[in-house]
Amino acid sequence: MTSTTIDSPRTPAGSAKRRGVNWEKWGWVYMRVSGVVLLVLIFGHLFVNLMVGEGVKAIDFAFVGGKWSDPFWKVWDTLMLWLAMIHGGNGMRTIVNDYARTPVLRKVLKGAILASVVVLIVLGTLVVFTFDPCPAVSADQAHLLPSFCPAP
Amino acid sequence: MSVKTVGTPEQSREPELSTTTSRRPAGTLYRGREGMWSWVLHRITGVAIFFFLLVHVLDTALVRVSPEAYNAVIGTYQTPVMGLGEVALVGAIVFHAFNGIRIILIDFWSKGTVYQRAMFYVVIGLWVITMIGFVPRHLINVFSH
Ligand code: HEM
Ligand code: HEM
Repeated sequence: MTSTTIDSPRTPAGSAKRRGVNWEKWGWVYMRVSGVVLLVLIFGHLFVNLMVGEGVKAIDFAFVGGKWSDPFWKVWDTLMLWLAMIHGGNGMRTIVNDYARTPVLRKVLKGAILASVVVLIVLGTLVVFTFDPCPAVSADQAHLLPSFCPAP
Repeated sequence: MSVKTVGTPEQSREPELSTTTSRRPAGTLYRGREGMWSWVLHRITGVAIFFFLLVHVLDTALVRVSPEAYNAVIGTYQTPVMGLGEVALVGAIVFHAFNGIRIILIDFWSKGTVYQRAMFYVVIGLWVITMIGFVPRHLINVFSH
């Protein structure tokens, strides 16, 4: 009679011997480190944009112009963008691994996640660093600009 | 991440699987009760925030199109319906953030698994306090002026 051997619970599904960087571990570490930093960044973002003054009612182009004239908020927002997109993208990857059953579906979903994360990080970073608080606008739009912009 | 069993302290307070008629395995962190529901909520809020962020980076990008375009879109954030949506969004973020700290404590604090259930109620308590601070002020901003 042949006996069946059952792997011990923590035996990896793939080949037992793996070499090189343990990406899965560093992803795990990243979720925790970025989480702590994001708590501060996002709570700060929400406090300044929703709680101070008239909150969400005060947000318009001039409001963003005021914030992004200050390198402090540029760095804050860029850091928040990168950390949150990668944290969220990696978390979504875990969820796809859990629920998507066929290899093709996994590839498609994870490809879509990766693509949206890369595109939005590039777009968001460009937006912050190419932003002009005083763009050339037609006279009827001049009142939408921050008050510190020179009169046209 | 996936199933994780707790250490000896928790197990010693619950009967051994072999000595109980309960169908639920004892000493499981992520199956049943607070441990499972916190995980379900963490997952749902994480997905919701991710999709919000995709849209949010796009709407913010309109500052590079024109002041008029940006103001038109951000104006929709200031309507009563969206104001209530922002309450839900902030509620989701605050839960995910505080429960995220709970997860980190379970992983790194030597007593984390013993107190995971208590920490869940601390998360709920802090969530309630934060929302009491946020919701009235936000709704006044949205529904007045
Ligand atoms: C209803 C709640 C929110 C409002 C009203 C809001 C508003 C804004 C505004 C006005 C900006 C422009 C720049 C600035 O003010 O710093 C911005 C940028 C940004 N917000 Fe929010 N935000 C909200 C929630 C969130 C949340 C929950 C996150 C994170 C998950 C987030 C992440 C970001 C990021 C990453 C940027 C920079 C975008 C870029 O680089 O192009 N926001 N938000
Ligand atoms: C506010 C601060 C935040 C903290 C403290 C935090 C913390 C965490 C932690 C500790 C995990 C668990 C990772 C694991 O089990 O290995 C996690 C998962 C996750 N987070 Fe966050 N996070 C935060 C913000 C965000 C944001 C802004 C997003 C979306 C853009 C997000 C989306 C996710 C997703 C989708 C998961 C995967 C959930 C799962 O696997 O069930 N989180 N977060």
